[in-house]
Amino acid sequence: MGLFDKFKKGLEKTHDLLRTDIRDLFKSEGQLVDEEFLDGLFERLIRSDMGVKAGQEIIDEVRTAYRGRVVEMEDVLDTIKKKLKELLAQPADPIRFADSGPTVIMVCGVNGCGKTTSIAKLGQMFHEQGKKVVLGAADTFRAAAVEQLTVWANRLGAEIVTGPEGGDPASVAHRAVARALEINADVCIVDTAGRLQTQQNLMQQLTKIHRVLGKQIPEAPHEVILVLDATTGQNGISQAKHFTEAVQCTGIILAKLDGTAKGGVVVAIRSQVGLPVKYVGVGETADDLALFEPDPFVEALFEDVEAIK
Amino acid sequence: MFESLQQGIGSAMKTIRGHAKLTEGNMRDGLRLVQQALLEADVSFPAVKDFMARLTEQALGEKVLKSLRPEEHLIGIVHQELINLMGPVDHSLHLRGDVTVLMLCGLQGSGKTTTCGKLGRMIHERGRKPMLVAADLQRPAAIQQLEVIGGQLGLPVYADKEATDPVTVCHNAVKQAKQIGAEVIILDTAGRLHIDAELMAQLERIDKRCNPEQIYLVVDAMTGQDAVNSAKAFNEALELDGVIMTKLDGDARGGAALSVKAVADVPIKFIGTGEHMDALEEFHPERMAGRILGMGDVVSLVEQAQQKLDQDEMAKQEAKLRKGEFTLDDFKKMLGQTKKLGPLNKVMGMIPGMGNMADALGDVDAEKDMKRLVGVIDSMTPEERRNPTKTIDQSRRRRIAAGAGVEPHEVNELVKQFTGMADLMKRMSSMSLRERMKTMQQVAKGGMMDPGGRLSKQKQSTGKRLTPKERAKQKKLREKEKRRKKRDEKRKG
Repeated sequence: MGLFDKFKKGLEKTHDLLRTDIRDLFKSEGQLVDEEFLDGLFERLIRSDMGVKAGQEIIDEVRTAYRGRVVEMEDVLDTIKKKLKELLAQPADPIRFADSGPTVIMVCGVNGCGKTTSIAKLGQMFHEQGKKVVLGAADTFRAAAVEQLTVWANRLGAEIVTGPEGGDPASVAHRAVARALEINADVCIVDTAGRLQTQQNLMQQLTKIHRVLGKQIPEAPHEVILVLDATTGQNGISQAKHFTEAVQCTGIILAKLDGTAKGGVVVAIRSQVGLPVKYVGVGETADDLALFEPDPFVEALFEDVEAIK
Repeated sequence: MFESLQQGIGSAMKTIRGHAKLTEGNMRDGLRLVQQALLEADVSFPAVKDFMARLTEQALGEKVLKSLRPEEHLIGIVHQELINLMGPVDHSLHLRGDVTVLMLCGLQGSGKTTTCGKLGRMIHERGRKPMLVAADLQRPAAIQQLEVIGGQLGLPVYADKEATDPVTVCHNAVKQAKQIGAEVIILDTAGRLHIDAELMAQLERIDKRCNPEQIYLVVDAMTGQDAVNSAKAFNEALELDGVIMTKLDGDARGGAALSVKAVADVPIKFIGTGEHMDALEEFHPERMAGRILGMGDVVSLVEQAQQKLDQDEMAKQEAKLRKGEFTLDDFKKMLGQTKKLGPLNKVMGMIPGMGNMADALGDVDAEKDMKRLVGVIDSMTPEERRNPTKTIDQSRRRRIAAGAGVEPHEVNELVKQFTGMADLMKRMSSMSLRERMKTMQQVAKGGMMDPGGRLSKQKQSTGKRLTPKERAKQKKLREKEKRRKKRDEKRKG
């Protein structure tokens, strides 16, 4: 399955919802753009979690362009798509590998956002690219988190570095990098315990792990991935802000996009924090990971609407 | 918790308050801000629309516009509407005489397994025997996770690592429970998407086979607009009895709490407020509404205090206070008691008017500060603890500082803080309740608002004021004394 198809598959339910939603707004013979129509459109945009600000911007754009006119669906759609693409504008941003030696990737996020599964998917991707992977199980807090990652490591045939439960996560991270250097691995992915971005002490611990990763390889970590649950609402902005402050995140993996949630909060994050989306998780198996590209993302959101006209 | 929603609505109210005269026009501006605050708090759009319709109708009524304090009137309406939206609730677990089955379900990563442990602990504390059932066969190591949690809590866990069908696992668990004498069985099912027809059907099969007394949906407080979709779908498949909202200890605005109730009409029973196993609280809409509007949540605080503080210890200290025998040792015990209530900023948020205080504390790690204070007290001799102001001189101060690993001036600060507090306590012990509240508020406004500040000392009497006659008399006396001294000196010389 090509990347675009995977993307579409993941978003199927999403655009089902948005498609019918927006189509409902239009009568067959065109629709007058008045405040009532704009309110309706605003509601549908808000329901994608993109936030009041981004939603308002799009509505303002539609209002200036079409106010008081009778319009066809595709005209309005084009404006929305254009604006969304503009808001999301970013080149596709895959993992950037180190020029030499192992590439160290640190993964963080709030509790239950899908960090471990996302790591498994990244691992699978590297595995398919023929790269040698070492996993560092630095979530020493949550019960059985190490076991969970170990199961994935065995499935992927990757090596895993673990520590005792309740031990120092930074030391596990350090040993993971050491092991990656020792066996000359291509990639070292370090898992961290889920934490809410408001927990000062835990965020400091994360900063420490980040610092320790750079001890053996000065440029490490080469990538710091924030995993974001697609069902997250406006709190995602706070997550992106605080995690970036603590560990200079380089990108987002938007997980659980296979539900009805649209992950629209990435629009708000992009414009308020500037953090780009790298990949999206679109299923539960290890190969359900797709590179994020804003244009196909936006197109896929509205694709069926196009097909109907 | 809910701080941001609180701030949003707070600023909307401020805008309204700023107007000299309230008209329909500026009331509408204020209402628009309320709407924005709700949307930004992730309350679902239909719920917001409903809420705003009811609010607008009442807010634009003559009663409000012409009332003496319209903004207070409006806050009252918002408060009531929030309560209506989130309530009523029923905290009963509906435990039966014999074996009760509770079932947890939800999306992936919403916190089911942790909640399962917390619920088990709560039931155990209430004197019933719970058993946890690991029915999540999907996620790697989910069974181990529940086993570890069960081990920590000392609760039995039913798990079958060979099993492939969760329906059978749940069924066997119920049978097993009867054998080991467990009274409440909590089924921890696998996380699933509400649109996954196959897995939803599996939940329905578990429901039919085990016939749980109560089914709870576990919802992540950070969920956005999608919360209503999943709650609706789970409710249609299973007829939920309640919702447990998790991760409310972060800065999530928790709008999902309002949406879920509004759209699926399922009451919120409990809220998860931390990673530790005792962080599960009953949900109270009126308190939550108060919290959202910055009215504080004293009832929760008192309830927590009653549950966690040692009543005897409190009585003893109160008696000591009254006699003015409050020492640093007691101060240390008090610190320990306060700690039991939970993180300081959480406690602060519950006191009316102190909501912003938690923000002000922000980066100050109150917990750490407390630990330092205890460290300093521990480095003192018993005598020094009893009477710090009189005994601690420079040399002792240096010794204490070295012992506790702090700077000498920090010892001084502690002593000053302590004397200020002991003083305040002494004064308060003789006051009526109303006077006490007033003093507390003054303290909140003054010293405590500034984390670096100290409690001020009680002002000393400036002495009796003399009448002019008395003053003249005293002056005469003084002069007489002076003359006498001169005379004496002359005689000697």
